[in-house]
Amino acid sequence: MLHYIGRRLLQLIPVLLGMTFIVFMIIRAIPGDPAQVILGQQASEEAIKALRTNLGLDNPWYIQYFDYLKGLITGDLGESLRTRTPVVDEVWPYLAATIELSLFAIIIAVVIGINAGIISAWFQNSWFDYLAMIIALIGVSMPIFWLGLMNQWIFSIELGILPTTGRENVRDPVDVITGFYVLDTLIAGDFNQLSTVLKHLVLPGTALATIPMAIIARMTRSSMLEVMRSDFVRTARSKGLSMFWVVYKHALKNAIIPVLTIIGLQMGLLLGGAILTETIFGWPGIGRYIYEAIGFRDYPVIQSGILIVAFIFVMINLIVDLLYGLVDPRIKYD
Amino acid sequence: MGKKKFLTWSLLLLLLVSTALFGCSSDDSSEEGGSEGGSTEEKTLIFGRGGDSVSLDPIAVTDGESFKVTKNIFDTLVNFGEQDTEIEPGLASEWTPSEDGLTYTFKLQEGVKFHDGTDFNAEAVVKNFERWAAGDGEQFPYYGSMFGGYGDDEGHVIESVEATGDYEVVFKLKRPQAPFLKNLAMSPFAIASPTAVEEAGDSFGDNPVGTGPFKFVEWKRNDTITIEKFDDYWVDGEPKLDQVVFRAIPDNSARLNALLSGEIDLADGITPSDAGTIEGDDNLQLFERPSMNVGYLGMTVTREPFDDPKVRQAVNHAIDKQAIVDAFFEGRAEVAKNPIPPVISGYNDSIEDYEYSPEKAKELLAEAGLSDGFDMELYAMPVPRPYMPDGQKVAEAIQKNLADVGINAKIVSFEWATYLEKAANGEADAFLLGWTGDNGDADNFLYALLDQDNVGTNNYTYYENQELHDLLIKAQSEVDEDVRNDLYMQAQEIIHEDAPWVPLAHSTPLLAGGKNVMNFKAHPTGSDKLASVDLE
Repeated sequence: MLHYIGRRLLQLIPVLLGMTFIVFMIIRAIPGDPAQVILGQQASEEAIKALRTNLGLDNPWYIQYFDYLKGLITGDLGESLRTRTPVVDEVWPYLAATIELSLFAIIIAVVIGINAGIISAWFQNSWFDYLAMIIALIGVSMPIFWLGLMNQWIFSIELGILPTTGRENVRDPVDVITGFYVLDTLIAGDFNQLSTVLKHLVLPGTALATIPMAIIARMTRSSMLEVMRSDFVRTARSKGLSMFWVVYKHALKNAIIPVLTIIGLQMGLLLGGAILTETIFGWPGIGRYIYEAIGFRDYPVIQSGILIVAFIFVMINLIVDLLYGLVDPRIKYD
Repeated sequence: MGKKKFLTWSLLLLLLVSTALFGCSSDDSSEEGGSEGGSTEEKTLIFGRGGDSVSLDPIAVTDGESFKVTKNIFDTLVNFGEQDTEIEPGLASEWTPSEDGLTYTFKLQEGVKFHDGTDFNAEAVVKNFERWAAGDGEQFPYYGSMFGGYGDDEGHVIESVEATGDYEVVFKLKRPQAPFLKNLAMSPFAIASPTAVEEAGDSFGDNPVGTGPFKFVEWKRNDTITIEKFDDYWVDGEPKLDQVVFRAIPDNSARLNALLSGEIDLADGITPSDAGTIEGDDNLQLFERPSMNVGYLGMTVTREPFDDPKVRQAVNHAIDKQAIVDAFFEGRAEVAKNPIPPVISGYNDSIEDYEYSPEKAKELLAEAGLSDGFDMELYAMPVPRPYMPDGQKVAEAIQKNLADVGINAKIVSFEWATYLEKAANGEADAFLLGWTGDNGDADNFLYALLDQDNVGTNNYTYYENQELHDLLIKAQSEVDEDVRNDLYMQAQEIIHEDAPWVPLAHSTPLLAGGKNVMNFKAHPTGSDKLASVDLE
C-alpha cells in the first residue's frame, strides 16, 4: 500500500512538470505585455522597458522557464507581478475560500445525487425516476450564471432569507484564523456568525452543486441498475432481507466504484473551475484569482495558481483510487 | 416496507432536510438587511464595486479601484472641487505662484496629524516628493507621466521641493507647467506618513497611513477593504461615518441584486439599462457621475484606406451617433463632437459636428475613389467601460451605418489585454476605445491621446500632425489661462478637420444607493471622498 502510494507520488512529478511547461508556453503565446498592463495606459515607453527588464521578461523563454523551475524546487512559487507579493503568501485565503465552497457543494451533490440515483434505480420507471432524471438533465445543462442570478432574486430580494454575495456579513466580520470561515467561527464559538457564514454558503454552494449533483445521480442510477439485476441481489432478497437493507448495503457497495470516480473528478473540477460561481457570488476564491491574473498577464500567479489546482486535482484522484480498496476488498495495491 | 410507502417516506425526509437547510437561515435574516440593522449604533457604509484594489499606496498604482480607497485614507496638498476639477485648498491652505510660473509657495494646514500620531508638516511634504523623485516608472508610474520624469531626467519638471518653515513649502520648476496644481490634486500624489513609509518599506501598500478622514483597518483580498473613522481628522465634523467597507462584487447584475437586497448601501458601475429599475424603486436613488470621459471610434491612419482624410470624414458622416447614444447609453450620455468633454476648459463649442448624412459620406467616398466601398475590420471592445457600456452592440450599430454607405465592416474582438496591444500596434483598421480624464485638463486628453509623441502608446490611431504638436507643446507651458484655452481651441479644429476619430459620446457613469445615503457626491475622476457622506 505504502509502496503504491510512493509510486503514485513519483508519477506525479512528470505530470506536474509537463503541466508547468504547457501552461508556461500557452500564457506566453497569448499577446499582451504584463508591463504595459501593470503600468496602465498612461505609462511611458521607458517605464515599460524598465519594468520588463526588472521582471526578467527580456530573457529568452527557456531561461525564464528554468528560473521558474529553480524557484519551484526551493518552494518559491514566484511573486505576483501586480501586487508584488509572493504567491505563497497571498494564495492561501483564496484557496481556503474555494475549498470551503467546493466541500460544501460536493457534500450537497453527493448526498442528494447518490440518494436520488439509488431511489431512481430502485423504483425504475416510476414517476420519481422520470422526475429525477428530467431534473438531472436540466441540471447538467443549466447555465450557472442564470441559475445564480435567479436564486439571488428569489431567495435574497423576494424572500429576503439568504444573502446574495460574499462570505460573511461585512458589518460583523469573521476573525480569520484558518481561512475556512465555518471552522473559524466554530473556533471562536460564535454560533451567530456560524449561521451567517453557512447562509452565505447556501446560494453559491447549491449553484455549484447543481451540475455534479445531476451527473452523480445519473451515474449512480445506471450503476445501481446493473447491480440490482445481479444474482447476489436476488439471493439476498430471497434470504428475506428487507429491500432497504439490500439496496443500501449490498447493492450500493458494489455500485459505488464508478460513482466514486465521478465524485473525484467533479471535486477536482469544482476546485479549479468555479470562476463563474465565484464571479456571480462575489466569492474571493482561487478561480477568480487566476482568472484576474490572466487579464493582467500576471504570469507567476497564473502558473503557480494552475499548478496548485492541478496538484490538488491529482491528489484527489489518488485518494479516490485508494478509496476503491476500502470499498472493494478485491482491489489490491502492490 | 412496500415500494410506495418507502417512496413517500423518503420524499418526506428530503423535504425535511431541505427545510432544515433553509430553515437555519430564516431566523435572523434582518441582520443582513443592511440599512435597518447596521445604522443603530455604528454607521457603516458598504460600497459595492466591480473589482478589488491593487495596492493602497496611491503613488504605486494606476488603477481607479485603488484610488477609490486611498482617496479616503490620504489627503492631497490641493483638492479638486466637490464635483469638478477646480482647485481648492487641501493640506495646503493657500499657495502663491510666481509671475513666471516657476515657483509655487504653499502654506500648510497646522495641527494636522497622520493616523500613526506623527505630525504633518513641511518636512513630511518634502520627504514624500523626495521619495517619488528618487523612484522610477516601475515604482511610481504616475509621477513620471505627470511630472515628466524622475530625479535628474531632463523632462522632470520639478527642480526642487524645499521646506522654508515648519508649515511652508516652496516648489521650484524647471519650466512652467500649466496643469501643475491639477496634477498635485490627483490621488496618486497624496501625502503619506514618512515614518510609516520607512517602517513598512515594501509593505506600505498593505498598511497605508495618511492624514485622511478614515484609517485603514483590514483588507481581505478580492473581497473587502475596511476603513474606519479617524477621530483626529483635521476637518471639523468629518467624517460622519464610523466605518466604510469596500466590497468587490465583479458581476454587475449580482452587485445590483446585493443593493436591492440591502447588503450594500452604494453600488458603483450601474449599467444604463438598469437605471430604470433603480428609479422605479422607492428605497433607492440614482447618482450620476459628472462626465469626464470620451468614447470614440479610432481609425488607424497608417492603414489604407484610412490614410485618406476624406475616408475618415466619410465615416464621421456615416455614423448616427444620436441613435447610438439613445440605444446603448439609454440617453445617459452626450453626443461627442470633440475629443474632450465640455466640462473641461478649452472645449471648443464653435466646432460644427459632422452631421449624420449617408449621402455626404457617399460623396466623400466617391471623391476618395471608393464609390464601391471597401472591406474593413472593426474592433469591438470585449469589456464594458463607463465610456462604452456595450462595445459589441455599438460596433453592430456602426457596422449597419457603414453598410448603408457601402463599407463592409467585419466585427472582431479579443480579450482585453490582447485588444489593447493589437490596437497599440496599429493592427486594427478601426477600433472602439475611450478615456477617462485624470486631472480634468485638456492636455490629459489632447496630448495624451492624439499627439505624435504618444503614437504607439495612447495614440492608437498613429495620427501625426506637426502643427497640432506645436500647439499642444506650447499649451503645456502656457500659464495664461485664456491664451492656453485658445491654443486648445485651435487644436480641436485641426483634429476635427483631420478626423482621426469619430468621437461618439461623453457618458455619465451611474451609481446607485439606498435612500438613506446622504451627501454622496460622485466625482468625475471616479474616486469619491466619503468624508461628508452620512447614513440616515
